[in-house]
Amino acid sequence: MKRYLVIRSLQSLLALLAISVIAFAMSHLTGSPVDAMLPDDAGPEEAARLTKLWGLDLPLYEQYFVFLGNALQGNFGDSIKWQGQTAFGLVLERLPATIQLGGFAIIVSTIIALPVGVLAAVYKDTPFDSAGKLVALLGQAMPNFWLGIVLIWIFAVHLHWLPTSGRGGFSHMILPAIAMGWFQVAAFMRLTRSAMLEVLDSEYIKLARIKGVPERRVIWVHALKNAAIAPLTYFGVIAGSIFTGSVVIETVFAWPGTGLLAIDAIRGRDFPVIQAVVVTFAGVFIVANLIVDTLYAYLDPRIRYQ
Amino acid sequence: MRSPSERPALEVRDLETRIDTKLGLIKAVDGVSFSVEHGETLGIVGESGSGKSIAALSILRLVPKPSAYIARGQVLLDGEDLLEKSENEMRKVRGKRISMILQDPQTSLNPVFSIGFQVVEAIGMHADAPRKTLVQRAVEALRRVRVADPERRVDDFPHQMSGGMKQRVVGAIALGSFPSVLIADEPTTALDVTIQAQYLRLLKDIQQETGLSIIFITHDFGVVARMCDKVAVMYAGRVVEYGPVRAIFNSPAHPYTKALLNSVPAVEEDVDRLYSIKGQPPAFWDMPKGCRFEPRCDVAMERCKTEYPAKLAKAATASGGHYADCWALEEPEWIPSRS
Amino acid sequence: MFVLVVLLVIPALSADWLAPHDPIRGSIPDRLKPPVFFGGTWEFALGTDRLGRDILSRIMHGAKVSLSISIAGILAGGVLGTALGLIAGYFRGLADAIIMRLVDITMALPSILLALVLAVTVGPSFQTIIVVVTFVLWALYARQVRGEVLSIRERDFVARARVAGASDLRIIVRHILPNAANTIIVLATLQVGSVILLEAGLSFLGVGIPRPTPAWGLMVADGRQLIVSAWWIAFFPGLAITLTVFALNLLGDWMRDRLDPRLKEV
Repeated sequence: MKRYLVIRSLQSLLALLAISVIAFAMSHLTGSPVDAMLPDDAGPEEAARLTKLWGLDLPLYEQYFVFLGNALQGNFGDSIKWQGQTAFGLVLERLPATIQLGGFAIIVSTIIALPVGVLAAVYKDTPFDSAGKLVALLGQAMPNFWLGIVLIWIFAVHLHWLPTSGRGGFSHMILPAIAMGWFQVAAFMRLTRSAMLEVLDSEYIKLARIKGVPERRVIWVHALKNAAIAPLTYFGVIAGSIFTGSVVIETVFAWPGTGLLAIDAIRGRDFPVIQAVVVTFAGVFIVANLIVDTLYAYLDPRIRYQ
Repeated sequence: MRSPSERPALEVRDLETRIDTKLGLIKAVDGVSFSVEHGETLGIVGESGSGKSIAALSILRLVPKPSAYIARGQVLLDGEDLLEKSENEMRKVRGKRISMILQDPQTSLNPVFSIGFQVVEAIGMHADAPRKTLVQRAVEALRRVRVADPERRVDDFPHQMSGGMKQRVVGAIALGSFPSVLIADEPTTALDVTIQAQYLRLLKDIQQETGLSIIFITHDFGVVARMCDKVAVMYAGRVVEYGPVRAIFNSPAHPYTKALLNSVPAVEEDVDRLYSIKGQPPAFWDMPKGCRFEPRCDVAMERCKTEYPAKLAKAATASGGHYADCWALEEPEWIPSRS
Repeated sequence: MFVLVVLLVIPALSADWLAPHDPIRGSIPDRLKPPVFFGGTWEFALGTDRLGRDILSRIMHGAKVSLSISIAGILAGGVLGTALGLIAGYFRGLADAIIMRLVDITMALPSILLALVLAVTVGPSFQTIIVVVTFVLWALYARQVRGEVLSIRERDFVARARVAGASDLRIIVRHILPNAANTIIVLATLQVGSVILLEAGLSFLGVGIPRPTPAWGLMVADGRQLIVSAWWIAFFPGLAITLTVFALNLLGDWMRDRLDPRLKEV
């Protein structure tokens, strides 16, 4: 167990390093950042001063270590677009909004997908199962940005039930959460269903019934704890995709989170902010996967006792 | 009418279990009857696909839903018909009065729960007692099946145990609530030979201690000779021969039983002489009209092709009848003697 | 299902001849015409956009864009991933260790975000999207193919070929690759839909296909602001994406069940 976690943590660190290299390379692929930041009327001596100030005259690998050192302290420099704010400060300021929406979407989609997936397996080949399959297939086919727009069109513009965009009360979260979560519901449901089908067919489920365990307990305790392992590994992917999905969904719903920040920064070529967002997202994604793997080990004693 | 004490522990009468398959509705168990007395062991012998496992699951009403269902018959446990019970009442029978051991210990235990949890759960299902008491009983149950150091083992997970040890745990689960009938579905097939012998010994010991009735499902006549008092030989969904173990070994009546007995290599015999039955069992969706063994039978007559043989008595002795479904019994000169 | 796939492929292949209007040049007098059953005419069956371009024609041309990008991307990602998977699985050892670490790292990265970064640093274009798709896909192929090769290389015919003196390259190409082909094909079919979604998403964000190319994601983005007054501009391209991906996913599932039932849902 310990060994497994140590290896997983090392892999995560490695991935984070890779991200930092990519984020670093990003600002150098597009030419000197100095050009991007200087006002148009600045002279060459001003450029030279900035080059020196930012250490751009150093060899590339030294520049990388400077970047890495700063990044580790949460210092990605100042934003270009939002004057007077640090890049990382901006990310931190917007993060709660993204976590709020993403967390809500994850919780709601799990609450829906898990039982539906389980019941679809239990009532295999019934109309319930077919309906679930159709919803899942549709969910995996609909582009989330389009779903978001259609939802706004129907529920906000036509019916006036819910607000069109922005962050406010609970009602503001409903549409973006649906648009964000539907794909996850679909994927999660299919995974749960297929895992449950496999488990329900096993000998230990037969033995549980022989013991006299009530059917409800057989399904929700004996089978689900085994079947949950497969969807759980996928949960890390979901947590990650909620973040990347936030880029699209926050754009559609003008939700002031990190996703919207990222797209605004990209459009404004605000490299410090882009770097800060990329590294933060990657960090969250990797940590989420690490947590999932730890949980996974906890659920599956075959890994726990290695 | 017999008095309750003389009543068999479990009696199955004319049981029919159907399965709805892609190839049509089949009768996996087709009018099967047998009984087992208190403290007695009945062997059900047959090849895989003969319907013996489905028959066993039918007793517990656990045939795979929704494709399989019990169409008719009676399953009398101490005189009560289990087929008339509600699902809730049935749950109080499972594990408490009739229990079962499955074939493969590697897959019969739930990998994500500890041994203790699984044994405690089995006992707790049928006893209203505080958890501490249940754990104690679980430890005792494990000790009864000769699991060494059970206090420590309860915290283990299945993957930390050997196959033989797991099968003992399955035994502890099955016997934890002191059932009166145990169905053992090829419990030793997946085990090593030496472990097999130990396990059979263990079941015998427990039977002697508790007066348990055992229904032992196997395809191995060697195991039958060791364990059983009575035998039901199943072929293509039917019991084709039924009687005391001694009678069946000494004078088998059905050609199928004879063939099976011949395929058991006696220890002193050369394995090269292993006899196998020619041909394949009939497909369930394409049953012969007459005797189901006829296409493979050496002594088949014209009549066998068209008419299913009646249950004919070979001998009625004090220890119970010996019957077989074979027309040859009406014409004794047809029966080639085995010895 | 096949009908849907055919309905997708035909307009994609024949958009140049069949499309009723020019997908890029519109006519201002025809702007914002509603679809035929909502007060419009058959002239513009699905309506027109702000620049007077015919939505139907743009969707047909968009099918060509979507399909060619996803096929090119899957080919590139598939070839790269398959090659690395073959090397890792066949030679084992150091090559395997390095490749699999790279796979782990790639899989641990939030791929869409990297796609965004790449798109914005190199600038949006067809090539950028294909590079992005390649980057997102290769690891999946490498891992599956490696697993497959590990089992194939233990089989008799590989040993026989080796005894017969066949070179490694010949064994890989002639004996191992054909046996891994089903897995690769199924994986590719399963991926077409999600690649189309990825491309549409990037185009929607303005970091995918550059304007004025008729790409479905871009069209939805164009129609977004007009959803109140001219809903059809955003609605129909999105519907086209949904139906296309739906059909392709069905096809992928069907192929998996037929060719490679062992492959789990990915």
